[in-house]
Amino acid sequence: MQLSITTTVNKISKARSAPEASTSLFRQSIRQLRKNKLAVAGFVFILFMFLICFIGPLFSPYADGKINPAQMHQPPSAEHWLGTDLLGRDVLTRLLQAGRISLTVGLASMALSMTIGTLLGITSGYYRGFIDQLIMRIADLLFTIPSLPLLFIMGALMSEWKVPTDYRLYIVMIMLSLIGWPGVARLVRSQMLTLREREYMLAADVLGLRDRRKLFGHLLPNVFPLLIVIGTLSTGGAILSESVLSFFGLGVMPPTPTWGNMIDAANNVIDFEKRPWLWIPPGLAIFLTVIAINIFGDGLRDILDPKQNTSR
Amino acid sequence: MNSLIEINHLSTHFQTGDGTIKAVDDISFRIREGETVCIVGESGCGKSITAMSIMGLIEGPHGKIAGGQIRFGDKDLLKISKEEMRRIRGNEISMIFQEPMSSLNPVITIGKQIMEPLMLHQQMTKKQAYARAIELIELVGIPRAEQIANSYPHQLSGGMLQRIMIAIAISCGPKLLIADEPTTALDVTIQAQVLETLRKSKEQSNMSIMLITHDLGVVAEMADYVIVMYAGKIVEEGDVVELFERPKHPYTQGLLKSKPIIGQRKDQLYSIPGQVPNPLELTESCYFHDRCENCMTICQTRQPRLMKMDNGQRVACWLYDEEAQHE
Repeated sequence: MQLSITTTVNKISKARSAPEASTSLFRQSIRQLRKNKLAVAGFVFILFMFLICFIGPLFSPYADGKINPAQMHQPPSAEHWLGTDLLGRDVLTRLLQAGRISLTVGLASMALSMTIGTLLGITSGYYRGFIDQLIMRIADLLFTIPSLPLLFIMGALMSEWKVPTDYRLYIVMIMLSLIGWPGVARLVRSQMLTLREREYMLAADVLGLRDRRKLFGHLLPNVFPLLIVIGTLSTGGAILSESVLSFFGLGVMPPTPTWGNMIDAANNVIDFEKRPWLWIPPGLAIFLTVIAINIFGDGLRDILDPKQNTSR
Repeated sequence: MNSLIEINHLSTHFQTGDGTIKAVDDISFRIREGETVCIVGESGCGKSITAMSIMGLIEGPHGKIAGGQIRFGDKDLLKISKEEMRRIRGNEISMIFQEPMSSLNPVITIGKQIMEPLMLHQQMTKKQAYARAIELIELVGIPRAEQIANSYPHQLSGGMLQRIMIAIAISCGPKLLIADEPTTALDVTIQAQVLETLRKSKEQSNMSIMLITHDLGVVAEMADYVIVMYAGKIVEEGDVVELFERPKHPYTQGLLKSKPIIGQRKDQLYSIPGQVPNPLELTESCYFHDRCENCMTICQTRQPRLMKMDNGQRVACWLYDEEAQHE
């Protein structure tokens, strides 16, 4: 996953040696995106997922998540469209509520890792020297440790230290962004190394601009297209990682539902064999959402990658 | 006229693996208020490095200003702090470059790029700066200013972009504008327009221009005073009319001979024989001696000094030095 993002994005950065203007590019991009049916479908699905997850539970009579022993393990019916779980809670309602959490975790940890990665990447690419060495060696250090075991260790530590369930959600976001930023920082830095040598940066020097202005006013807008693509693709990755963690009971804990900890039902042989309504819906939700995000991200990448466009 | 900037014995060196390159070697000149000084010379003779040295943009670790003084007002630009220099750049001294296409940030609108120095150096509000930007676009002779302000660099032609660069450079009313081959990348008709824009904006604000070029046509059109550089040294300088009519240094004579003259047919234009010397292999001699038609023994062993002639011209050549006659 990580590797494929890195290589595709490298392609972009190579192809986009001369970035075009952003607003006109933005308009052009939307026009081109419309032509890419698959990407539009992906985008529509993501939008749909967001809408039903955030609005759907408002219309559900079971949104309070009350335990109802009389309704335990009911198969799907007119009353409970996706059946009920072992505590008699409506699976559909919980699925949507879980979607809220999973999508939020995905987006928030993406935003956080993008922010950290961009800031550090810009700083190290622009200033180079000691600060660059320091940041990049820390990034390398995080790269050397496979991310899944690292997440497991951190998850286990959380359980060991008895972090309250409410906080675990936020800590999971921070954990995921801690894993995610080095990739972003590397890409932004490599872009920065070429951008800083551009003649218009010399022209900015000649105008006597402050460093802050040069970094955020002149250099940042040039890496925006790149950031949009990595951001989209890494959201899918973050949703997956959160699901994996929660599936193993190391991420967000019940009763807070997430797609990951709902699939946990499949760990139980009886549930796995006899009650597929417990684990198929969250599985499908993860699968479809992440696929939709990746297809959309690929579509974006194609648009921002002029070389691929001409070859088609 | 008072002198605006005085460059005294400026030397800028670059360290390379093979040794030190003296890109600018002990040059002195001054620019008076409202004067246009042209610096002429072949590629690699140190014209641009002189400009970068004045702007304080010679960056380590390889480049270093080895000595000298740049007096601007009551300050020495080589001694003041980075922060002070930053405040002078774009405000009192500004600069335009050869390649207008790549000198503007492709993802920022033209208007915003003009507004930037105004808001930074003149403490204007966004509104004031926008109004001034529109005025400036009109001043450099581009119609539909509002529309241009909202467009991006790739939507404009090279000539328009160069005029936008001039607009940005003159936005804060600088005392000195350094133009580093501003017309080299443009075609001839556009060149004339850009030069006209430069001349007009100069007249309006009484700023001085330091024009770097290798185009003698541009020199004839723009300059009050001409400095000819060769291999990091000034070989001749003087008033433009004097210098064009009575060039003293064999190099200047060669340069002027190699220029086509309208109305005269020639099968082949004159070209100065030989190559610019390798800056690493310069010895104690006149740097031009191996290409010079009038080379004497002394030219190969001693460097000529820059001497004042009777008509105010200065030339560094043994042909005119009495000392050479004694030996």
